[in-house]
Amino acid sequence: MLSLDLALKSLRNRAFSTSLTVGSIALSVALLIGVENVRVGMRESFSNTISQTDLIVGAKGGTIQLLLYSVFGMGSPTNNLSWDTYREWAEHPAIEWTIPYGLGDSHRGFRVIGTNEDFYRRYRYRGGQEIALAEGRAGSEVFDVTLGADVAAELGYGLGDQVAVTHGIGEVGFLNHDEMPFTVVGILDKTFTPVDRAVYVTLEGIEAIHFGWEDGAPPMPGEEQTRDEVLAMGEIEITQVTSFFVGATNRRDVLRLQREINDYVGEPMMAVIPGLALNEMWQGIGYAETGLRLVTIFVVLVGLLGMLVSLYTSLNERRREMAILRAVGAGPKRIVALLVLESVCLSAAGAIAGLALVYALLSAGQPIVEAQVGLFIPIRPPGSIELLFLAAVVTAGFLMGFVPALKAYRTALHDGLAVRV
Amino acid sequence: MSLAIEVRGLRFRYGSGPWVLDIPELTLERGTRAFLFGPSGSGKTTLLGVLAGVLKAQEGEVKLLGRDLTSLSGAQRDAFRAEHIGYVFQMFNLIPYLSVLDNIALPARMNAARRARLDGAGVKETAALLADHLHIGDLLKKRVTELSVGQQQRVAACRALIGAPEIIVADEPTSSLDFDRREAFLELLFAECERAGATLVFVSHDRTLESMFSRTISLLDINRTAF
Repeated sequence: MLSLDLALKSLRNRAFSTSLTVGSIALSVALLIGVENVRVGMRESFSNTISQTDLIVGAKGGTIQLLLYSVFGMGSPTNNLSWDTYREWAEHPAIEWTIPYGLGDSHRGFRVIGTNEDFYRRYRYRGGQEIALAEGRAGSEVFDVTLGADVAAELGYGLGDQVAVTHGIGEVGFLNHDEMPFTVVGILDKTFTPVDRAVYVTLEGIEAIHFGWEDGAPPMPGEEQTRDEVLAMGEIEITQVTSFFVGATNRRDVLRLQREINDYVGEPMMAVIPGLALNEMWQGIGYAETGLRLVTIFVVLVGLLGMLVSLYTSLNERRREMAILRAVGAGPKRIVALLVLESVCLSAAGAIAGLALVYALLSAGQPIVEAQVGLFIPIRPPGSIELLFLAAVVTAGFLMGFVPALKAYRTALHDGLAVRV
Repeated sequence: MSLAIEVRGLRFRYGSGPWVLDIPELTLERGTRAFLFGPSGSGKTTLLGVLAGVLKAQEGEVKLLGRDLTSLSGAQRDAFRAEHIGYVFQMFNLIPYLSVLDNIALPARMNAARRARLDGAGVKETAALLADHLHIGDLLKKRVTELSVGQQQRVAACRALIGAPEIIVADEPTSSLDFDRREAFLELLFAECERAGATLVFVSHDRTLESMFSRTISLLDINRTAF
């Protein structure tokens, strides 16, 4: 096709400005597709914060609230469930396993979670990965504490260090359980989930530090129990949990189980399906990603405008060329076609180069990003979204090509065979 | 002999400006080597634009090879020009991003009728043959920016001649050449026009070349707006 041949040769003749234009379109396309990939990665990493848990159960309240305090260590639980109720459900035939959580205390801004060995055995995140210990052992005694990776790193704790727990969740609680320090016995491997920012003790430990606090206020002076006194008491009775994670025996029973828990008459409680609740939550914060996408679309438009400017400004020095083309019989339509083809070629080359750039950057940067920020960005062949973006960029390039093309058309009609400047 | 060009009652102006051309009559027989001269501003380039069908006369008839250009649409005039007219500019005749060969081949590639008149030879072969005739056969692969002005004008002549158009229009193609080269160029051009039986309309303000042509037309005489 003659016009395409001419367009390509003309672009090659202006190799420097052509490569600049293609480069700027490529960068903006790479940004657009890159943001899309990061968005998908963020979303997946978000919904993979917890995996293989079928239900999260807590006192009746908001579903997102339950998810926030149980999984993300944000916000405060409203009410606890009694231990007896928990045990009753834990032995339900449709439930295979549970992980109990006792919440409400903190250590220097990090949440303290009371749990038991089921946490270390059953908790799964990001596609079924298990909790692993980097050092020491999983806490099992009353005053044992196991630290999340970030907690240990940020506070500089090592095995054997003494840790005091603060009542309440604030950064600077003044009601410290100083009389009962805990001993660090283990540090968890980094998971890139909220697990890294939590402190794990036993449910017995949570009970012990609250002896004398039954009315919600600290014990009267002189009535505090010391660590040794608690240890001397022997077996500690657990009275409550805040929430618990449930693995169903059979996944098909999950909905029925959820309904059964929500209808439970012994105590007001509710169950949420983490996947659904996470989705609901993501949609709540989705406007942020819409904004991000909007910005990248504008970046692409700016890239295409750069092309427009470069084609448009080249027209004046190409008037002679247009006059020659007209003299050898090119109609104004062919001149329009030539310039539109040039901008289609530029935007298509930019789009393809941008796609290649994204994949090059992703494959080079994926391990680094995962290690540094814990965001796993999956690399997959370009999907319908990417192809849609590319088609949109080429279409926009095609449409924008008409601006210089129509200018050239008018100039060619006016100039005829003589260039009047 | 039939007429190559027959202009009657032609009047032309740009937009609503003053009349630039007012030519009651101009006829050229086929095979004529016409020398059209006139000082700057006498409407030479405008007349060539009208004859090439790029500009459309507001009044009168402009018949080329029996077809009245004023009755054709813009696209039809473009097609007519592509098929029947070879055009040589004063200077800067070549598309900078095409090779010498591609420049010469351009009209044949753009127009099927010109291609059909290559007598079965390929576009490349014909271009190479023409280049040989004009003594630039060794330059075919070169970039046009590497050529001297004289070489460029010969490439332009080859391009005008490829596919044997009936009318060759040359707008002061020798004004950038020195005298000896002018004559050499003209002789080559005449030879090729004769070989193809083409009518040549050669425009210049320089009357020293006049004697080489078979007919001389002064624009001052035929164009009533000029003075």
